[in-house]
Amino acid sequence: MAVSQMISVSHVSKRYAGGYQALQDVTFVVESGEMVFITGHSGAGKSTLLKLIAAIEMPTSGSVIINGQNVSAMKSGAIPFLRRNFGLMFQDHKLLFDRSVYENVALPLAITGFPRREIAKRVRAALDKVGLLGREKSRPITLSGGEQQRLCIARAIVNRPAILLADEPTGNLDTAYAEEIIGMFESFNQVGVTVVIATHDEGMIERLGPRILQLDHGRLDQ
Amino acid sequence: MNWLLGHFDTLRESLLRLAQQPLATLLNVLVIGISMSLPAGFYVGLNNVQTFSRQLSSDPQISLFMTMDASAEDVAGIEQRLRNHADVGRFEFVSRERALERLKRSAGLADVLSDLGRNPLPDAFVVTARNNDPAILESLRAEAVKWANVEHVQLDAEWARRLDAALGVGRLLVSLLGALLATALVAITFNTIRLQILTRRDEIEVSKLIGATNPFIRRPFLYLGTLQGLAGGGAAWLIVTLAGMALNLQLTELVTLYGTSFALEPLSARDSVILLGLSAAVAWLGSWLSVSRHLWQIEPR
Repeated sequence: MAVSQMISVSHVSKRYAGGYQALQDVTFVVESGEMVFITGHSGAGKSTLLKLIAAIEMPTSGSVIINGQNVSAMKSGAIPFLRRNFGLMFQDHKLLFDRSVYENVALPLAITGFPRREIAKRVRAALDKVGLLGREKSRPITLSGGEQQRLCIARAIVNRPAILLADEPTGNLDTAYAEEIIGMFESFNQVGVTVVIATHDEGMIERLGPRILQLDHGRLDQ
Repeated sequence: MNWLLGHFDTLRESLLRLAQQPLATLLNVLVIGISMSLPAGFYVGLNNVQTFSRQLSSDPQISLFMTMDASAEDVAGIEQRLRNHADVGRFEFVSRERALERLKRSAGLADVLSDLGRNPLPDAFVVTARNNDPAILESLRAEAVKWANVEHVQLDAEWARRLDAALGVGRLLVSLLGALLATALVAITFNTIRLQILTRRDEIEVSKLIGATNPFIRRPFLYLGTLQGLAGGGAAWLIVTLAGMALNLQLTELVTLYGTSFALEPLSARDSVILLGLSAAVAWLGSWLSVSRHLWQIEPR
């Protein structure tokens, strides 16, 4: 099987207005179907790196190429379509608390323009995968922290993305919940999804023994 | 097909959203309705004055008086001109003898006239123009004055022209009022939609993050604004129609006292459609301006 480069980051630097240097000359490649962890102390640039990959921010210099497309050279009108390749999990969840669990998961499909019946089918499948099938009508606020995290996963995978990007997905969960969530990532990875996880949870990484990209003050430790 | 379904879904969602906030929706619709009912009401009033004035006046006529010494040939010449003139509808020749007869009969001046010994009246033509456009009447009058052996040309129903001018001023006022209130409507929807955008800020941000295009994000807000505009137009229509009905009840009484019959015409089907369409279009514009102005401010970080 030919291995293709899913994410290619080369000589990327990111300096914020005000002079804060978040990333400096970062270069790496993630192959299609790989599972990679980005680790580092808080403020090392993990979140920034994920945002650059998802085209939420643009690099100050260097290039980010996703599945053959150069993100920094993209027209702003094309970026929404690039983002549909991603399943995104945010550190602050970004769930819509005035919408039901079902509606939260349905949002990416509605955006892509799926017919309503197809949406219902896929949303149920995604909720089933994360064990929230019985909670469709609940509001996210009534869910526990672990359940909210799983809801985020359901929303991230419902449109069957090629790449799953997760920022601190086990952030403030206890070990049992965290293991459960990482188990889900592993199973997505096994069916071919490229997974990139930013975390500082060292215990989890030791157990899995995956490929690690270690960031230190915006630089990649090789 | 999916594209159409998407629009249908947005329409359904927008209606639900409006129904979820019945009081806010009702107030918005009322504000729009009252704003639009003012110019619409004036317009209806103006139209009715116009119809009423047409009912009252017979067609304006031009009286063409010959000189006293005009011969039968001169008269025939004028008659020929009138017959061939494009702007002349009908005309009637009133000879000086017949004019005298009429005068004697009608006004009880028989004694005075017989004392005069000779006929003081000239030959005359009574001309009705092809249509009652004041401009045509005026040009016809101006032209006839220059004809040989024509002593005097009198344009009757001068008041019709004055009324027409007054109606012109009225129409201009209605247009101005309409433009002003349409601008107010743009401002109202701009603000309503701005509030909607602010309350749905999280949703917009998340949608952008997971791949929503700008038109997709804009769409529900445009529907929301346009639907409110449409409903406001409907409210304006209702206000004007109900007010017309109420006025009609009073008018019938008044008008019977004067021995004529007159009823206010409501908005025609065509004007009703225009009213609804304009309200919707103006509200759409307000929403569009609002979404375009505020959407780029919500960039996910």
